[in-house]
Amino acid sequence: MALYHNPPMAYAQEPTTAPIEHRFNPYSDNGGSILAIAGSDFSVIAGDTRQSEGYNIQTRYARKVWQLTDKAVLATNGFAADGNNFVKRVKQRLEWYEHAHHKPMGLKSIARMIQTMLYGKRFFPYYVYNILGGIEEDGTGAVYSFDPVGSYEREACRAAGAAQSLIQPFLDNQIYFKNQQPEPGAAPFIPGNLPLGTVLSLVVDSFTSATERHIEVGDGMEIYVVMKRGRTTDDLLGDNKLAPGMTIEELPSLGESVGGVESEGEGQGGERTFLVRQALKRD
Amino acid sequence: MVAKAVEAPNVGFDFSNYARNQFFGERLQGIPKATSTGTTIVGVIFGGGDSGEEPGVCLGADTRATGGPIVADKNCEKIHYLTPQIRCCGAGTAADTEFVTNLISSNLELHALSQGRPARVVTAMTMLKQYLFRYQGHVGAHLVLGGVDVTGPQLFTVHAHGSTDKLPYVTMGSGSLAAMAVFESSFKENMKRDEAIALVARAIRSGIFNDLGSGSNVDVAVITKNGTENLRNYEMPNERGTKSRNYKFRRGTTAWTKESIRSLIVSEEIKSTSGAGKDQGGVEVVAVPTGAGAGGEEGMEIDS
Amino acid sequence: MELNGGSVVAMIGKDCVAIASDLRLGNQAVGVASNFDKVFPVNDKLYYGLPGLATDVYTLKEHLRFRVNMYRMKEEREITPKTFTHLVSSTLYEKRFGPFFIEPVVAGLPTPTELDPHPKPFISTMDTIGCITTPKDFAVAGTAADKLYGVAEGLWEPDLEPEDLFETVSQTLLNAVDRDALSGWGAVVHIITQDKVITRTLRARMD
Repeated sequence: MALYHNPPMAYAQEPTTAPIEHRFNPYSDNGGSILAIAGSDFSVIAGDTRQSEGYNIQTRYARKVWQLTDKAVLATNGFAADGNNFVKRVKQRLEWYEHAHHKPMGLKSIARMIQTMLYGKRFFPYYVYNILGGIEEDGTGAVYSFDPVGSYEREACRAAGAAQSLIQPFLDNQIYFKNQQPEPGAAPFIPGNLPLGTVLSLVVDSFTSATERHIEVGDGMEIYVVMKRGRTTDDLLGDNKLAPGMTIEELPSLGESVGGVESEGEGQGGERTFLVRQALKRD
Repeated sequence: MVAKAVEAPNVGFDFSNYARNQFFGERLQGIPKATSTGTTIVGVIFGGGDSGEEPGVCLGADTRATGGPIVADKNCEKIHYLTPQIRCCGAGTAADTEFVTNLISSNLELHALSQGRPARVVTAMTMLKQYLFRYQGHVGAHLVLGGVDVTGPQLFTVHAHGSTDKLPYVTMGSGSLAAMAVFESSFKENMKRDEAIALVARAIRSGIFNDLGSGSNVDVAVITKNGTENLRNYEMPNERGTKSRNYKFRRGTTAWTKESIRSLIVSEEIKSTSGAGKDQGGVEVVAVPTGAGAGGEEGMEIDS
Repeated sequence: MELNGGSVVAMIGKDCVAIASDLRLGNQAVGVASNFDKVFPVNDKLYYGLPGLATDVYTLKEHLRFRVNMYRMKEEREITPKTFTHLVSSTLYEKRFGPFFIEPVVAGLPTPTELDPHPKPFISTMDTIGCITTPKDFAVAGTAADKLYGVAEGLWEPDLEPEDLFETVSQTLLNAVDRDALSGWGAVVHIITQDKVITRTLRARMD
């Protein structure tokens, strides 16, 4: 292998007088992408399942999207070790909260907690981009997106990760109707009111497009759908509602609401979370 | 004879922007990345011995070209033509592999013409390594060279610095380890032609699926003394399915402020005249369209 | 590249091609002009875009104009999109070790000939040192290339009529450059068909 070292010329040109510093780099980038879209009474949080480093695939199935409570799902992307550990700590804080207050933490409180947890490590940050999706106290779908040190914002949709630059402008166009003129005489477009079926299709097409053009995206995807309590599930569970090759399962409720008493609801149980899986290209 | 001021011959590389670009590189955030083929390319020798088949060479390549982590071309051709009986797979800087193989292909054709016989694979290999060595690795072409000549099937690898190897089975590019793993476990001497193609396709698939720099389709080329068979897109295991939505926009969706239309249809009106070029009342003038009547074929205009 | 900013996209439709660019000229983050066209005609049905370093845009444009005029005089015919692509490619590779910071995009309709009465629409793109790619769908280049790839991969579909292709290419460009700090400030689209070229200036965000 000595054959392939830099030719001696390179050394002659630039004399190396300064000492070379070798330092351990605690961070790595594990690729992949995540995205979340809020509807009027549901929220969709999705991520691909490939985990990679450089040109190597570490695993074709690594989880990037996590169910936190019955009404909150968190997607993490960036450095996988930090992501996994961050989710673990968030879950622990949520458990402590439930023990202390006898109720699960609300979505916007989780968002604020995530901010403080991230900012708490301002000078040795978790190298993770977070997107939190779920159902707000008022029953609306919500998406909160964070930067690695805790700056956050509530939005209707957000993409993050390796293919953020590919997906976000597509979402701007299809979710926010950016640069689109409504038909003459027609009502203006209102973002955030798309039906679930449309949103799911857009999520799938975003990921298949990103898989085509980004080498770090692929293998499979997991789409979490959180529904407002009492909402119909016909547009998800009905016949032919899912594309061929998709599988769906309902995730059991996490919040065995303390004391076995359902918090005030319409008697239809609480929020429901579904997990839709689909295969992506593996090249 | 008086020596004339002669312009320098217009050959070779032009370094005129080099100093400027170094300056840009220092002042700005570096020089833009060139398309590279983070690639899987392979080759095997087959046939001969007691296989009972014609000895030959089988080359293979994936079809993904990347610029950083972005796929620049989903179906590019990495098996380059050198001569009718010699092909060359390229990895590394895409432009370099393209232009180096083109250059050597030209020179091999001239060589064959001047010598009156087809060029040998070693000749191609020597021309490539001498050219690459001259540029000290800066021409970033990493090649798998294969072909059949008067001495039989030949297979080489050529590195960007000019070193070469001669082996019965070879791999190169970012997917070389994935592909070599397949070869090391399954290569046999004197394989049959179909066995060789299957093995090469499996090695390329191994690169496509396990190396992020490689992807899309499998290209194969089989060379025997009877000729070269180009199996472009021999396997296509990564076709994109149909999208789940239709993204055609309503016409009028995009707002625009200015429009100019350049019509490419030239409408020509023939106004026939006579005499001094003026319409003369009472004179019946018959216009002869081009292409009709006497002289019409030639496009002549005829005065009635 | 990142000194002046700018992006170009080209797409294939049904018997037509489209090529579009933004109009920004910048000095790093500072916008300097909003009328900097990066797409130029070669002949009636062949256009090309030169996103990248502005000084090289002019150098290359004039150089190519000279070479195409020489070709036209020697050959007594118009250059085809494919030949023009190879001309640009060789021009770039000549400067392999001191490249122009330009990623050209070519879009054109070959003129029907006796040998090929129904030529296919043609687009191509190159990297800064002239490596050609000739896609069947769309070609992108410039500082918003990543975004253009993502949107185009989502919005493009085969066999769009000229007016539908206009919408798709315009939406692709506008939404991509709106997410790019170095592109935008207006946009211009050319739709090339066998019998006319439609050029439209889009209404775009100017921030």
